[in-house]
Amino acid sequence: MGSAVIIAAENPLFPNIWELLVTVAGFAVLMYIVIKFVMPAFEKTFAERTEAIEGGIAKAEAAQAEANAAREEYKQQLVDARTEANRIREEARAEGAQILAELKEKAVAEANRISAQAEAQIEADRQAAAVSLRADVGTLATDLASRIVGESLADDARSARVVDRFLADLEAQSATQSAGAAK
Amino acid sequence: MIALALPAQTTTEEGFVPPSVEDAHHPDILPWGDPYGVWFDPGFGKQMLMIILSVILIGTFFYIASRKGQLVPGKMQFLGEAAYGFVRNSIGKDIIGGRDFMKYVPWLFTAFFFILVNNIFGAVPVLQLPSFSHPASAYAIAAIFYILWIAVGLKKHGLRYLKLSVVPSGVPWYIMPLVVPIEIISNFLVRPVTHSLRLFATMLAGHLIVMLAGSAIEFMTLSGNILLQGTGVLVLGGAVAMYMLEALIMVLQAYVFTLLAAIYIEGALHADAH
Repeated sequence: MGSAVIIAAENPLFPNIWELLVTVAGFAVLMYIVIKFVMPAFEKTFAERTEAIEGGIAKAEAAQAEANAAREEYKQQLVDARTEANRIREEARAEGAQILAELKEKAVAEANRISAQAEAQIEADRQAAAVSLRADVGTLATDLASRIVGESLADDARSARVVDRFLADLEAQSATQSAGAAK
Repeated sequence: MIALALPAQTTTEEGFVPPSVEDAHHPDILPWGDPYGVWFDPGFGKQMLMIILSVILIGTFFYIASRKGQLVPGKMQFLGEAAYGFVRNSIGKDIIGGRDFMKYVPWLFTAFFFILVNNIFGAVPVLQLPSFSHPASAYAIAAIFYILWIAVGLKKHGLRYLKLSVVPSGVPWYIMPLVVPIEIISNFLVRPVTHSLRLFATMLAGHLIVMLAGSAIEFMTLSGNILLQGTGVLVLGGAVAMYMLEALIMVLQAYVFTLLAAIYIEGALHADAH
């Protein structure tokens, strides 16, 4: 060993073949480990990570699209609901107007009916009053006349006949007067 | 080169003996058999032990760091991925590029961390020997890449690669006799030499500086001369600064070596474009 070391010391560029072989062997072993284990593992991890990130982006995009679709649907539903509400309101308004018209009509009819009834009632009362008045007037006039003439005119049939004739004369008189007025 | 072989004995008045390159070569741990000439010393030395240690350390670290392969990495996996991604992207992808670079990533990755860890050994107390300060290792790793890029060129372009790599395009024919020999020398002779010597020389020089400072501090402290001891403090400060610089160079040289290897491979791949 001595002489080699001395020569190596004299010229530091002189290689020791044994060291050279160990270096080459060491490099080869290390490269085997790198090719066999290290690189495939790292490359696999890199690829998986890239895929995971890209997959995540795709997933996020899908979620975004889904959210957009949901929002569109919601908007559409909102528009539909508004239209529906408007339609219902219009219908209600129309229906209300119709009901109002019907009620008015009914009220007018009722009013007409009531007034007709009242008129009929009044007419009947007037008739009754007229009949009663005629009777009363007859009686009163008879009483008055009998008192005036001092003659009993109590005989109903006769007096009635007299009163009727009198009234008929009156009516005929008033009829001719009204006919003359009409002319 | 002769200057690098520092004289083994430089005697000063106080008898200071600076360390020499010889001190970068420790006696074998397991000497067995006599060396056969100057080339082959069969003994097993500290430098070889450190090469093996580096293989174990790097292999174990990256094996464990890459094994789990979690999508959200732990600390160790993150560190391993960052280291691997640095060589893969910053050196492999950026220099070689294209679709082919993945084929060369294992070469570059292995070389970078093999050199890096072995260099850093020079800055680790007790270990304190950059493996590539021994020329054999630097020659070996440069030779691996020398063979690799020539093989890449031959495989890609066939025998035409030899012409492509030495005959630059767009050069007038009458300059060819001048250019072609220069290209042959620079590409095929000088390139592997500079590739290996750059690494080896920086590691050896840095190691020598730290050794020199260390032995100087020891000598000054033990000299018994109060002035020398005082000066030793300054040397200590300088030594720490040099140690830091050396640590930077250790990392830098690993990067430079790998970067150049990638550039050579890229040159061989795209020889027709140059």
